[in-house]
Amino acid sequence: MEFLTTFVNGLSLGGIYAMIALGYTMVYGIAKMLNFAHGDIIMVGGYTVHTVLPFLAILLSGVYNPTVAIISSIIAIIAAMVFCMMLGIVVEKVAYKPLRGASPLAVLITAIGVSYLLQSLAQMIFGSAPKHVNIKALDFGILKIGGLAIGYNTIITLVCSILVMIALSLFVKFSKTGRAMVAVSEDKGAAQLMGINVNRIIMITFAIGSALAALASVFFLLKAPTMTPTFGSLPGIKAFTAAVIGGIGSIPGAMIGGILLGVIECFAQAVPAISPYTDAIEFSILIILLLVKPSGLLGKMRREKV
Amino acid sequence: MAEIKKIYAEDGREIVLKADHLCIQFGGLKAVDNVNLEIKKGELYGLIGPNGAGKTTVFNLLTGVYKPTLGRFYLCGEDLTGKAPAEMNKKGIARTFQNIRLFNNLTVIENVMVGLANQIPCNLVQSVLRLPRHRKSEKEYYERALELLKVFKLDEYKDYLAANLPYGKQRKLEIARAMATNPKLLLLDEPAAGMNPNETQELMDVISFIRKEFDITILLIEHDMRLVGGICEKLTVLNFGTELAVGETSEVLNNPEVIKAYIGE
Amino acid sequence: MKKFTSLKNYISYIVIGLVTVICVILSLSGVLKASTAILLEEIAIKIMLAVSLSLVVGFLGELSLGHAGFMCVGAYLGGKVAYVLTQQLGEDDPILNIVILVIALVVGGICAGICGFLIGLPALRLRGDYLAITTLAFGEIVRTIFLNTSEESFGGPIGLPTPRFNKEWFYVICFIMVLITLFVIQNLIRSKHGRAIKAIRDNEIAARATGINVTRYKLIGFILSAVFAGLAGVLYSYTKFNVSSQIFDYNYSIEILVIVVLGGMGNIGGSIISAVLVTFLNRELANILTGNLAVLKDIIYAVILIGIVIYRNAPGLKNFREKYNLKKLFSKKKKTAEVTSDTVAKEEN
Repeated sequence: MEFLTTFVNGLSLGGIYAMIALGYTMVYGIAKMLNFAHGDIIMVGGYTVHTVLPFLAILLSGVYNPTVAIISSIIAIIAAMVFCMMLGIVVEKVAYKPLRGASPLAVLITAIGVSYLLQSLAQMIFGSAPKHVNIKALDFGILKIGGLAIGYNTIITLVCSILVMIALSLFVKFSKTGRAMVAVSEDKGAAQLMGINVNRIIMITFAIGSALAALASVFFLLKAPTMTPTFGSLPGIKAFTAAVIGGIGSIPGAMIGGILLGVIECFAQAVPAISPYTDAIEFSILIILLLVKPSGLLGKMRREKV
Repeated sequence: MAEIKKIYAEDGREIVLKADHLCIQFGGLKAVDNVNLEIKKGELYGLIGPNGAGKTTVFNLLTGVYKPTLGRFYLCGEDLTGKAPAEMNKKGIARTFQNIRLFNNLTVIENVMVGLANQIPCNLVQSVLRLPRHRKSEKEYYERALELLKVFKLDEYKDYLAANLPYGKQRKLEIARAMATNPKLLLLDEPAAGMNPNETQELMDVISFIRKEFDITILLIEHDMRLVGGICEKLTVLNFGTELAVGETSEVLNNPEVIKAYIGE
Repeated sequence: MKKFTSLKNYISYIVIGLVTVICVILSLSGVLKASTAILLEEIAIKIMLAVSLSLVVGFLGELSLGHAGFMCVGAYLGGKVAYVLTQQLGEDDPILNIVILVIALVVGGICAGICGFLIGLPALRLRGDYLAITTLAFGEIVRTIFLNTSEESFGGPIGLPTPRFNKEWFYVICFIMVLITLFVIQNLIRSKHGRAIKAIRDNEIAARATGINVTRYKLIGFILSAVFAGLAGVLYSYTKFNVSSQIFDYNYSIEILVIVVLGGMGNIGGSIISAVLVTFLNRELANILTGNLAVLKDIIYAVILIGIVIYRNAPGLKNFREKYNLKKLFSKKKKTAEVTSDTVAKEEN
């Protein structure tokens, strides 16, 4: 029974990782860059929820009841997603766009700079002390089936992440913009010649990725409602690991990689002897996998043409 | 240690490069299919063919970028099939690239000095401790590089960054760098691509000159028929990865099959 | 001209040597404050880290985000050896102290070098972003492992106790180590081996075709870089009473990277200057900016980092850079592009 609980928790955590990994993988596929600041977008999402909620509470103070609380939480989540979307677009326009065509090393260092900047700004505005985010309204307690005890939130997280993945897959496959994204990731030059506005596609990619990161932040907060300015960096790195495990640039790969990593993490944490080394284990898996199969599970390796 | 047995042609000249039945397959595509080459010492041999015929792939096989699926090749009788690129160079095969690949942030003379590195030994400890051996070898690199640059009339640009050279001179620098590794066989991949007629003429002169001066064997890929007709002695024509014609330049260029492959029906 | 270049080659040794001598004189006359001595130690350690990282990032052209990891290995293993030996042999004899320090440096350097070799192995197969994330993962793994060791072995979360060397004079040892670092890395760069390393950075495929053993040089780059980071770690452990692995996190690696980028990629002199400036400013700003404002320093660094990288690399700013090129104004040695019909032909091709 405990095994099953751990497994479901792992799936749910994996769903969150997958959501973040989607942002990495889409940006990597389309802009051919590792958006190091993606993890910090999660953090910004969390702080946005933290800032918006009290405002809503004041606005709705007259009619406060559980339903209103849930609605206001959802409004806060949407606000966070919109804000992160805009932030993602601004970051892309200001920091990454001027460097299109420059060496990958330069782009990567800039992305690290952006990450550093976002963390520092958050620390200046909110301080470095942990902040408690009050989204108790979304806590629906624990579901008990026989000996199995799983939080409703775990299930909601899992369901939401699956829905997001399905929606995104359909979007990429069937919408005009989605197919343009595939075209740009295959061959930017050719896509441009076919009349696709590459800049617009890159912008949309950043927007979608950032919105997903904001959504992921809420699910992290449902698990543990405190946050600091570096809140996003570890999940960010882990989600990138997930994207690499699945094969960077591949959307189904990001999902598989995320879920795999989530399950591994939960099981590693369940064993007392190795639980302190959970992070080390996950990173070791990354290094070993990169050495054995650098293209990941579903990715394809591009060889430089001589 | 594999046995090295020199191979000689019927007329008694040594065969520098002998390739037997070279094949390479990428997935289902046979990029090079059963190509044979026999290049005599001192010869200037041309490899021509329409776009996508597999010419550069042959170069990549001969320089170790790819390993052949089938077939072997020998440099002066030594079997080099499947060796790594750096090893191929040390054994005596140097090349240039279709899309120029220089060390852009090194100066012109440093580019050539990199090519000389394997000629004059000097290990890491000697370099770090600045032992006499290091000073002597550095001086020799510099002097020999300068000599080579003079041959290519690049000496006045020696302190330019390679990236800042004009295009035609970059092509020449790439040949100079390849020559610095003291090759037995020089592979030139479209050396005249993108050059104007004057530059092409100048290039032809340089190629003829180094061939005499350094007693070297050259295999070159080219599209410019004037250049091919002007300096190559023998040709192999590739089409869809296979040999279409082999022989003396004049007869190959008049071969109706070759004309058909180039111009169409 | 020749004379000028040779002076330029030695300028960093001369400056650092002079600074050391001046400080020693100040110390002897009792003018040098203890806090200044500590600052000098910090600066020396940062220079070692920046110069060694510069070998990998600036010259080999590979991004390493785990430099603090190598430092951590050096600090823990070298520090442990020093601590055990000091416990066993006593700490009063100055000569013995020096011997112990040398042993600690050798152990720390070698262990870090072995880690550098291990990280160099993936570097042979991976490029760019993948390698960056691998080095980052390595740094985090090292830190996590030391954090979770038992108290008897490496102190675990409490940290590793280390011997505190003679406070007044330790900076002299640090500066001697800086000179050794500079000697090895600069001589390497200015030799045929350095040219090979730079050639790999510029074009790996061409480097192979020119007969360069890419595997060997990449490993040399990573190992040497790690060794000097490890040595810096051993020195660091001596400047503290207690080494905590929390220090060597990802942000520390980034800080060193910032120093290297600010100093100019592939410019050792620049790395030294920016290491001095950043360490000095870190301390001065820490005094001025207190509370939540302390983070203003990080914001400034981040903005400068982004700005410099965009300025130096943005394709759109190429003409602007060429027009206002400082290097071009000061030296005419490396001439910039001439726009001829040839370059136009290249662009069309």
